[in-house]
Amino acid sequence: MLTAIAGYISLPREIPLKINFANFNLEKTIKRYDPDLSFGSINIKKNFDLALGLDLAGGSHLVFEADTAGLNDDRKETAIAGVKEVIERRVNLYGVSEPNVQASTFEGKDRIIVELPGVKDTSEAVELIGKTAQLTFAQTGTEDEPGIIPTELTGAELKRADVAFDETTGKPNVSIEFNEKGAELFSSITEKNIGKPLAIVLDGQIISAPVVQEKITGGSARISGEFTLDQAKNLAIQLNAGALPISVKLVEQRTVGAVLGAESVQKSVQAGLIGVMMVFVFMVLAYGRLGFIADLALLIFGVLTFALYKLIPVVLTLPGIAGFLLSVGMAVDSNILIFERFKEERVRRDIANALEVSFGRAWDSIRDANIATLVTAFILANPFDWQFLHTSGPVRGFAVTLALGIGISLFTGIVVSRNLLRVFIKNNIQHSS
Amino acid sequence: MDWLKYKKIYFVFSLTLIFFGVFSLFKWGLKLGIDFKGGSLVEYKIAGTFSTEEVKEKLEVGYEISSIQATLDENYIFRLSSLEFENKENFTNDLREIVLEDVTELRFENVGPAIGPELIKKTAYAIAIASSLILIWVAYQFSNLKFGAAAVLAMFHDFFILVGLYSILGHIYNAEVDFLFATALLTTLSFSVHDTIVVFDRIREIIKKQGGEIYQVSNRALSETMVRSLNNSFTILFMLVALLLLGGSTIKWFAAALLIGTLLGTYSSPFVAVPILVTWDSVAKKIRARKKA
Repeated sequence: MLTAIAGYISLPREIPLKINFANFNLEKTIKRYDPDLSFGSINIKKNFDLALGLDLAGGSHLVFEADTAGLNDDRKETAIAGVKEVIERRVNLYGVSEPNVQASTFEGKDRIIVELPGVKDTSEAVELIGKTAQLTFAQTGTEDEPGIIPTELTGAELKRADVAFDETTGKPNVSIEFNEKGAELFSSITEKNIGKPLAIVLDGQIISAPVVQEKITGGSARISGEFTLDQAKNLAIQLNAGALPISVKLVEQRTVGAVLGAESVQKSVQAGLIGVMMVFVFMVLAYGRLGFIADLALLIFGVLTFALYKLIPVVLTLPGIAGFLLSVGMAVDSNILIFERFKEERVRRDIANALEVSFGRAWDSIRDANIATLVTAFILANPFDWQFLHTSGPVRGFAVTLALGIGISLFTGIVVSRNLLRVFIKNNIQHSS
Repeated sequence: MDWLKYKKIYFVFSLTLIFFGVFSLFKWGLKLGIDFKGGSLVEYKIAGTFSTEEVKEKLEVGYEISSIQATLDENYIFRLSSLEFENKENFTNDLREIVLEDVTELRFENVGPAIGPELIKKTAYAIAIASSLILIWVAYQFSNLKFGAAAVLAMFHDFFILVGLYSILGHIYNAEVDFLFATALLTTLSFSVHDTIVVFDRIREIIKKQGGEIYQVSNRALSETMVRSLNNSFTILFMLVALLLLGGSTIKWFAAALLIGTLLGTYSSPFVAVPILVTWDSVAKKIRARKKA
């Protein structure tokens, strides 16, 4: 008898453990106390950080509109891909951790969505990203004819520029790469200008004027000099800026300071805790010992959900937290449906039978009802990136946590509560006999 | 208990709510937030006290300010028709000079005018797709269009009342329709159907096992699911009330919209969806009887 009980007890515990063993640590965190959940678990498990969205961690969300008028669909696609790559590269050079650059098209409008976590002062970033720069390579004039003479080689032929390091001296320099046409032009230009400086002009300003050492074929070259790392980086950024062929315009911007984000986290965690406590108390008041079991199942639900957030990982936003809290409500509902049914069936059958029957019957309602919610969550989460629906933003964050919550609640409602109840009933029968 | 005896009262109650909502919609419309309308929003933390009226007056010289709203903890939300990026720094500096206090920028949002209509369209698509999928799902599950249609009608009942009430809230408390409201709206729709399905499920079960007139069966199903329905709503309401009171200014109206939506969803299942189902059934029977005669 005892082993049976032990087996039943271990069953619900083992199931979450089988799914992922990172849970073990998590369970401890949650049992300690909840307020530290988002912070505490980060400290405990560095590799399973809870990913916080811009509204919680602070950062900037920028939307640029690309001016693709006059381009046909084919060129548009490559141009957008180019812009996206260029912006991505610029953002990466800017030194933001985990930036997110995303292209989106809706009814003929092309947008680039840029998310910069942790960046609050965006003026520099916006300027850098949004600049449409005209980059040209120019020959220097002769003594009779001073000034610079632009060549045919422009930013359109420049594929990319990167910071590199000299293999012997270890000093930073900038490597540049041209496309096929650019490579040809570059080799003829360098041939004519050996020993002379070649000016690189960005928006009318000479940003660099390296002296040509030799004829360069093959389309890749290196600009070396007394650069500090920052200077080399900056030059690479500017060269890349010149490689952006179409102009972009900032159409939407959302910036949240880290202070406000932290405040929001703290407030919503507090609100969530108080809400959950009320639910706990209510369930015990309404259903007595059964309610206690529901609370236990809810706890397991919480543990599982947070583990999944970290494993997937789900970027948690403020609406996302709201989605989670709502799914708590739905998770409790599964239990309520079962218990109400149990109360009815108990009159007609013995306890163990009544339990099994009510689980079976309640399951139909739970499934049907939750699928309806899942449908909505699915549309909102838009997993296939359908362009006619929301592809980013708070709506999605909400839907993802809601959908996950419902999925997990189906599992805990049926498997976990059921096994806990079985144990509970076994115990009851033993006591009475 | 004979719940359906009072179905006229329920209908009148619902129609009254819808009437007020529609009235408010026509009279005041919805107060669109910058997500849908475009414009700018800056939130500052400003230590010390000052008169928002005065500050607004002074700032209005150079900027088109639509409102200054004080939230908790010395936070102030400034709404402007449009603040280009370059002007934001100037705006912050001007504000600093006017209030002569420590001003910290917390949040800045600027949405171009072209974005709003797109979001409205996307949201409309989402609602249309979600509701038709739900209709198909319910109709398929109950292999009966009557059930599906009643569930979806109850869903639209909640939809219209929520939008209507929100328009009233917008008029009185400046509640704005934004991204989050659209989310709350969709959640309400799914919750409404969620709740309705539980009741319908019971009706189907009783009919399958014992048969009987839909009127009596529905009454029994309502009695049997009422406690569950209330208890379930209580738990969700607990969470939402906590969120509303403690969740901070950013999600206050989101929680409020969800709260109203939950109340409506709970109400509409037994008192709108089921009465519609029963009425539909009796009308259909009368028509059939007349055809025979």
